Amino acid sequence: MGVNYRSDRAGAERVVETIERDGGRAVALGADVADPATPDELFGALESHFGSQVLALVNNAGINRDDLTPSLGDEEWSAVIETDLSAAFRLMRRALVPMMRARTGRIVNIASISGVRANPGQSNYAAAKAGLIMLTKTAAVEVARRGVTINAVAPGLIDTEMIAEVPKDLLSAVPARRPGTPEEVAACVRFLASDDASYVTGAVLTVDGGLAA
Amino acid sequence: MPAVTTEQVESRVVEVLASFGPDADQITRDSTFEELDIDSLDLVELAQIVEDEYGVVLKGEDMKELKTVGDATDLIVSRADA
Repeated sequence: MGVNYRSDRAGAERVVETIERDGGRAVALGADVADPATPDELFGALESHFGSQVLALVNNAGINRDDLTPSLGDEEWSAVIETDLSAAFRLMRRALVPMMRARTGRIVNIASISGVRANPGQSNYAAAKAGLIMLTKTAAVEVARRGVTINAVAPGLIDTEMIAEVPKDLLSAVPARRPGTPEEVAACVRFLASDDASYVTGAVLTVDGGLAA
Repeated sequence: MPAVTTEQVESRVVEVLASFGPDADQITRDSTFEELDIDSLDLVELAQIVEDEYGVVLKGEDMKELKTVGDATDLIVSRADA
């Protein structure tokens, strides 16, 4: 397993340790997914490190640069589109042919409830995440007959650093009356990446305590 | 890199196309992809195999021009020699 990080090397190495303690094999790989050279570098490194093809990809890297549309700058717009949408496309492009040839593969794209329902101040993030959802569905139907599934997980309000910026009234609108945990999102990713989800493709699994329902 | 004679390339192309569904016995030089039920996804995969095995890069625009097994074989052979 490859654990990519941009700046949080220590965090990535902790993940690697946990995986290895549980009997798996993993390596931390530093790269900015927004860089077009990254997919070939990451996949090349994994293919030579483990001597086999990458058959599961989780596109989890994401940033936000919130502002209301009339004041949103070009840089804030492009940075979010590049990291949250274009990077996922380039990684998927690189991942797909080996998966097709192996007649099996799993791609899980981490979208967001903001790609499904309007959330003021996030037009760039929402556009990227909604784009990611349609990228997911379109690619999914292209390759489905090769045994490759491509799905999206759309988390709602999850208890991470990003949640500090969420207004209290949005938090209190969650039917489950609490934010979700990263583990609750991970469980959904794990399922979609597993053999059990072999007939699920082009789907968006919303993990939001009922917020978008 | 394997030998790049027209015969050998054609035989490899036929082998790859057969893995996508059609019967190898039904595939001739003049067979069209359409009659073999070979679509653009199959051709993407063929292009990747051709690149890995012959070092020949076939882009989207190239693939669109190819109608028959013979077209594909000839293009690969011409670029492998270049």
